[in-house]
Amino acid sequence: MVRSVGRQVISAVGFVGDQVLLFVSALGYIARGRTGLRRTIQQMAVAGTDSLPIVAVTLLFVGMAWGWQTASYMVRVGATGYFGGGTAVAIARELGPALCGVVVAARVGSAYAAELGTMTVTEQTDALRALGVSPVFYLVVPRLIACVVMLPLLTTVADAAGIFGAFMLSMRFGISPGEYLASVQRWLSPEDVYGGIAKAAVFGLLLALVGCRQGLRTTGGAAGVGRATISAVVLSIVFIYAANLLMTIILFRH
Amino acid sequence: MTSDHSRPHPGRTPAIDPESPPIQLDDLRYQVDSKVVLDGVNLTVHRGEIVAIMGRTGCGKTTLLRLVIGLVRPTSGAVRIHGIDLSSLSERQLDELRTGMGLVFQGAALFDSMTVFDNVAFALVEHRRMDRREVAGRVEELLKMVDMAGSEGLMPAQLSGGMRKRVAVARALALQPSIMLYDEPTAGLDPISAAALDDLIRSLRDRVGVTSLVVSHDLDSLRRISDRAALLHGGRFLAVGPMAQLQRDSNPAVRQFLAGSPDGPLTEGTRY
Repeated sequence: MVRSVGRQVISAVGFVGDQVLLFVSALGYIARGRTGLRRTIQQMAVAGTDSLPIVAVTLLFVGMAWGWQTASYMVRVGATGYFGGGTAVAIARELGPALCGVVVAARVGSAYAAELGTMTVTEQTDALRALGVSPVFYLVVPRLIACVVMLPLLTTVADAAGIFGAFMLSMRFGISPGEYLASVQRWLSPEDVYGGIAKAAVFGLLLALVGCRQGLRTTGGAAGVGRATISAVVLSIVFIYAANLLMTIILFRH
Repeated sequence: MTSDHSRPHPGRTPAIDPESPPIQLDDLRYQVDSKVVLDGVNLTVHRGEIVAIMGRTGCGKTTLLRLVIGLVRPTSGAVRIHGIDLSSLSERQLDELRTGMGLVFQGAALFDSMTVFDNVAFALVEHRRMDRREVAGRVEELLKMVDMAGSEGLMPAQLSGGMRKRVAVARALALQPSIMLYDEPTAGLDPISAAALDDLIRSLRDRVGVTSLVVSHDLDSLRRISDRAALLHGGRFLAVGPMAQLQRDSNPAVRQFLAGSPDGPLTEGTRY
């Protein structure tokens, strides 16, 4: 029992240490201006443009469900003037960045782990090194930059989709478009939006690091690639929720 | 406090000593958990020499090549490339040093999302300031060298095992390395292609003095191309010398290996 707990602790410390080393190594290349611009733009398309529809649809439906649940209560207690603002603040601060992070972790983080994992078990990452090219520079840096840049942009679109989804349902409960928009304008502050965007950038960093790390550490053939993919998604989502809580406490102190 | 002058500059690879042998292995030991793979390997490969590494499957030949190019670090001992101890280099310095070396992987390890052209052009694009036309010319020349001209647009999945191996050779030769490491280069090749590859390995030595370390089970091929051969067993070299000399070696293990006999000291307690 003690031995098992000890092993788990060592493994967890090793995992975190590995992530930090990978991050520092990637940062070293970025600091020297070695980013692989063409590959970074390609990865931005994969992580950002290609993820846009699923992120927008997810937040649209979440916004609609939110509207369905809360609008009727607001009408009943005569607090319709708070509905738009409350919705916008909740989406900008929490739902937008967190759900966007989770969707991209499932879609892109898993792809990173599978792609890099396959390259690792077929010795393609060793071939990169043998040709004098660091896998961190060639594979990790473009993915890291792509996620850190694109997650905030995706979150902005996700926020708009979520707020629009709630707006569509609110009309069914007699809340006028004017009242909804006035409430959004009154209660949603730039700090709410910026805080959510900052969260998204951190989530992007986390999911890219975890996906790449799990991929580069893959062993055990096809089954190993499967395990790496699953663990990348699970760990990314856990880290995103934990970071979300931490950043909420730090950024929104009231 | 004294400054450590032997420590290399963080971004620059120490200068190559042209007088030092291209490959020198000093008491090399490599262990994974409790399994000792290499247990005190010593070998010096001189410029332009072709040295064959032989041994039973799983005896550590591939690991030896991976140690020579710095893909894994030894448990103890040293790998020196042109006099530079690889353990003194950072990963970035190793990357720089590796541009003067080529490794042909046993399974080819081609980049499966790239065409043959992009695989062969890879190192040129990453390390040389060449325009597209120059790269295309060099790729064409390399593919011709391995008898794969016209395959530029194909994907690795469309190639046979032997064709992949030949493209891997072309890729490894792109930067005109002074040291080439081959892991089973003729495995999966038809006899004509295998002989052509042997000729290529020899001509690289004769024309530009390329030093080669060749891991292979193909004894006929090794007889044709190697200046010396080394038989690896139990983590050490049992014998090192020209193939003709090994043929006359009195060591029963060497005799068993070269004769391909199932009975003898190499198979004691290991036959299934």
